[in-house]
Amino acid sequence: MSLDRTDVEKIAHLARIAISEDEIPATTAKLSGILDLIDKMQAVDTSNVTPLAHPLETIQRLRADEVTESNQRDAYQAIAPATEEGLYLVPKVIE
Amino acid sequence: MHEKTLAELSQALQSKALSSVELTQHYLKRIEQLDGNLNSYITVTAESALEQAAAADARIAAGNATALTGIPLAHKDLFCTQGQRTSCGSKMLDNFISPYESTVTQRFLDAGAVSLGKTNLDEFAMGSSTESSFYGPTRNPWDTDRVPGGSSGGSAAAVAGRLCVAATGTDTGGSIRQPAGFTALTGLKPTYGRVSRWGMVAYASSLDQGGPMARTAEDCALMLQVMAGFDAKDSTSVDQPVPDYSAGLNDSLKGLRIGLPKEYFAAGLDAATSDAISAAVKQFQALGAEIKEISLPNAELAIPAYYVIAPAEASSNLSRFDGVRFGYRCDNPADLTDLYKRSRAEGFGAEVKRRIMVGTYALSAGYYDAYYLKAQKIRRLIKNDFMAAYEQVDVILCPTSPTPAFRIGEKIDDPVSLYLTDIYTITANLAGVPGVALPAGFANGLPLGMQLLGPYFSEARLLNIAHQYQQVTDWHQRAPAGY
Repeated sequence: MSLDRTDVEKIAHLARIAISEDEIPATTAKLSGILDLIDKMQAVDTSNVTPLAHPLETIQRLRADEVTESNQRDAYQAIAPATEEGLYLVPKVIE
Repeated sequence: MHEKTLAELSQALQSKALSSVELTQHYLKRIEQLDGNLNSYITVTAESALEQAAAADARIAAGNATALTGIPLAHKDLFCTQGQRTSCGSKMLDNFISPYESTVTQRFLDAGAVSLGKTNLDEFAMGSSTESSFYGPTRNPWDTDRVPGGSSGGSAAAVAGRLCVAATGTDTGGSIRQPAGFTALTGLKPTYGRVSRWGMVAYASSLDQGGPMARTAEDCALMLQVMAGFDAKDSTSVDQPVPDYSAGLNDSLKGLRIGLPKEYFAAGLDAATSDAISAAVKQFQALGAEIKEISLPNAELAIPAYYVIAPAEASSNLSRFDGVRFGYRCDNPADLTDLYKRSRAEGFGAEVKRRIMVGTYALSAGYYDAYYLKAQKIRRLIKNDFMAAYEQVDVILCPTSPTPAFRIGEKIDDPVSLYLTDIYTITANLAGVPGVALPAGFANGLPLGMQLLGPYFSEARLLNIAHQYQQVTDWHQRAPAGY
């Protein structure tokens, strides 16, 4: 599977990773190489195989809907890049 | 002091022949003298280590110590440790002071162990050489021009270089077993769900598993005893009783059935590693084991399937690094999209970005069935291979990697060739089965590794087999020159 520059620009946008003009050729080549490796999967017929998501195939544990954690906002916001009055600050979203 | 194993040091501490403060000071001095070259630690926490050591000595004096009380350990720097930097080897988390403690490190604190610091790793555990760390590559103490393996390469180099007694690692595709093989250590990847993942920064959640790295199987048993157990905070933690991992170490191997998967001894395997395993087979036979050739027919599909599942889960897990709540934020963002895109472009290294992009592609509209679903179907085939093999044999013996440690810089520009070094380890992660890596010999001064893979929750048996092998061999007792 060979990607072109448009594919790489689209993937980078979906992943929210800025990519510069200079990086596109090498990134395109390396991602195409990885996809070639991955495409070896297509050689095997898996039409009657059930996908496996969890090796032990356990069922998700449930618990009662009760409050178990206390508010840690101050501790968590102490390491945030920018906060004000308990809110996380980001560039203006709505003009 | 640093010549001794964890089990021996534990005895010395309990009998008060040695204090934890003395032992901790000794290791801190060694780190200061020797780690400038190895770069196995990202952060050394000397002050808190000495406080913990003093507390351990008091606990030993009070008579309520555990086997780990006072033992200086190191933790892979993706276990969150409260009030300390937890970097994951990434610029993204260079400024991240964890506000909470991981379950694994908390269990070691509760046992009275000392933490000397946090060890280097491939960025976010994505790699097989510890070269992709933001903090520079770690060197292998057996040959400092070579890699220690990865991603738990800092932990491997620190234990092999005698800069801590034992260490924690994590294994998503071989990241405990491959570096153990490259540095003549014993390292165990437990059954998926045996050790809590809470507070262990996620790479690929359905594959990640923490485990011990130490000099001997006996030491790994003592470490695993602390790490294993149910944790309500980890939704995939398994609620099953934890056995005494040391109790059966001396059990006989008479009648043990060991399988050799023919696919793992085919073209591509280094001759010295193959010879070392043949010699180990003879040792196991002398110990009473029966050897049988088996087949894992879908083994060659493991790498392709892994490089869909792991990047797909990584692209989802690493979406949290957005420059908003914690971690790196770019300067002067023009708008919110620019904030996300530049924080991630500047904060992540090349390999992490590649895996996020592969995963994003595999999960993008129209490709899900062809990639992620297909990979999960192959995952079932690989699990079925193991289940069929365990009908015929008790454990599987195979190499940890196709070659001994390679040179720093040799593979870093060619991701696919680096991925192929994990060919023998990835299957166990996809199937979720446990595996123990241990030294099987040396070639030209470089360690050769082998691994034993067992059925779910067979950790005690795997450690027993490794321990019995270590009673009749001395590879694990060798130390790199100068350490």
